[in-house]
Amino acid sequence: MTTLESDDIQHILLTRAPAMTGRYEFLSFKSAAGGRAWLSAIMEKVHSAKAMRESVAQDKRWVTVAFTFNGLRALGVDDASLATFPEEFRQGMVARAEMLGDTGANHPSHWTDKTSSPDLHAIVILFARDAAERDRCVSEHAKLIANCQDVEVLSTLDLEATPPFEYAHDHFGYRDRLSQPAIEGAGDAPTPGSGAPLKAGEFILGYPDENGHITLPQPESLTRNGSFMAYRRMDEHVGRFRDFLREHGKTPEEQELVAAKLMGRWRSGAPLVLAPEKDDPALGADPQRNNDFNYKQQDPQGYAVPLGSHIRRMNPRDTGANMSRRRMIRRGATYGPALPEGAAEDGVERGIAAFVICASLVRQFEFAQNVWANDKNFHELGNERDPIIGNQDGTLEYKIPKRPIRKKITGLPAFTTVRGGAYFFLPGLKALRHLASLS
Amino acid sequence: MKERNSMTTSPEQKDWTKPAALAIPEGGYFKDKVEQGRYGPVFPQTPACYGFSIMAKIKPGTKQNFYAYAQNIEKAVGATPDCLAVLKLHYLRWLLFDIKGDTYFMYQGIFDTDFDKYTEDAVAIFASTGLNTVFENLEGFPVDWKTNAAAFIKFVREHQCPSFLEYGEYPYVSADEIKKALKLKAAFSTALDQMQ
Repeated sequence: MTTLESDDIQHILLTRAPAMTGRYEFLSFKSAAGGRAWLSAIMEKVHSAKAMRESVAQDKRWVTVAFTFNGLRALGVDDASLATFPEEFRQGMVARAEMLGDTGANHPSHWTDKTSSPDLHAIVILFARDAAERDRCVSEHAKLIANCQDVEVLSTLDLEATPPFEYAHDHFGYRDRLSQPAIEGAGDAPTPGSGAPLKAGEFILGYPDENGHITLPQPESLTRNGSFMAYRRMDEHVGRFRDFLREHGKTPEEQELVAAKLMGRWRSGAPLVLAPEKDDPALGADPQRNNDFNYKQQDPQGYAVPLGSHIRRMNPRDTGANMSRRRMIRRGATYGPALPEGAAEDGVERGIAAFVICASLVRQFEFAQNVWANDKNFHELGNERDPIIGNQDGTLEYKIPKRPIRKKITGLPAFTTVRGGAYFFLPGLKALRHLASLS
Repeated sequence: MKERNSMTTSPEQKDWTKPAALAIPEGGYFKDKVEQGRYGPVFPQTPACYGFSIMAKIKPGTKQNFYAYAQNIEKAVGATPDCLAVLKLHYLRWLLFDIKGDTYFMYQGIFDTDFDKYTEDAVAIFASTGLNTVFENLEGFPVDWKTNAAAFIKFVREHQCPSFLEYGEYPYVSADEIKKALKLKAAFSTALDQMQ
């Protein structure tokens, strides 16, 4: 079995920090020396996965640093090395917008956080145990930036868990973090139904992947134990979502079922395959049971989980081909204030700001966006996209298989809008030192 | 917003009852509506669905490998009828022909999704069904194709010969829809037989 160099891999790849708040800062380097000076200081704060695990009980904050293609160039990585990075990373997320479904209201020209700017060079991710710790770190980082010449903060985003705080969920109320791939050698046993642990090379550069192949742009000192990260900031239109549920369900029970049919799970997390008629919150909360199902035998027609639902698109399980080559690690958090139940839409920005981590953006992240989320004809559906994260312009439909006749919703509204995004390279710890010492 | 219970076709679906022909500009794309895929522009869907026609010169002296390969594919599909299912195919045709003493290979496929979408799955299938035995006999085929989907797709794109005209007697219908219709027909005849 592969031994992972967990003392060199950034913590975000292998662990999940017990954070209730956080902040992303998007940076631009006006000079290579300025960028390297900032990196030299901040890299001391970055936990490896091993260090994170050892001190998680005492620690209150966890820092991650990653760079865009332009950022690597701005730090002084030479052209020969840059040319060995994959095409999609070199182009960046904005250039790939049409293929990713970032058109119309989702188009990068509407993004206000400057992540679409070619001047975006780096992200620093802070996860903090509480708001006080975040405030302390934010002011520390502001001091560092003030001390570094030629480093500019393009934008920032504060993260907040959304109540109730007992479990992770988004602003729509769906329980999150239910289906994560396990990595061979990382030490975590997969929950039942999550599949066998996957080869580390699916997520971390420098290790064999599921085909036995090792991907490693050059030089190795820069790329080994690194990975690629797609950032997605998505507003969730909670008022519109609740209106939709009320429009399509007469009673609270019917409304819950409509919400469940869009996702493929009840908002409690209970999967419709295992709880088709009625919510089962105990099932939703039980990691030994809440991911343990398939589609081919248990729900081939989609009578429980509609063929076009979010979880059936994002992880077709036994109905997808070569699934071991399509998995992704997801990290992130919610931002913005919760919209109280019963309150009217207030127009305040709230949503999910997440990272998809994988060894190949084109094979893993972009495939999921282009085919699973946005192929209108996925599973022969004809005129649908992912009801939660697909590009919806009000002209598409959503079919809910049902006996004797299916229910078809036409003119599905967009419940989310993409508000920012970028491709980052997430270096290992030694690679951060390599970058800081370039000349 | 309207909600209705119905089995009518959506307005976007194209009319399979009307045979249709489509003239395609030189180069294979309609310039004002080129859809971008992960590996570049996607060839348009036509009344004859999606497809490709790949032509390449074979390496001298390898002709017999192609005939041996045909036997392999026949056996593979016989043993595992769904082994090519991921490719969402209607039909495939393989042929060899000579020009001025050189032998050329043509691989023509008609399928229901643009090739770009399932490129990596196709590469995996080609490896598992032994399609490499034929492609590796083509001049210029990337030696690292198994691990380099981008190089594989580049070869396919460079050797793709786009149509300038395509026709469908029952346009835009997918293989799955045809199979569903035939299943339904079979179920109806069984039902009618039962009622005798």
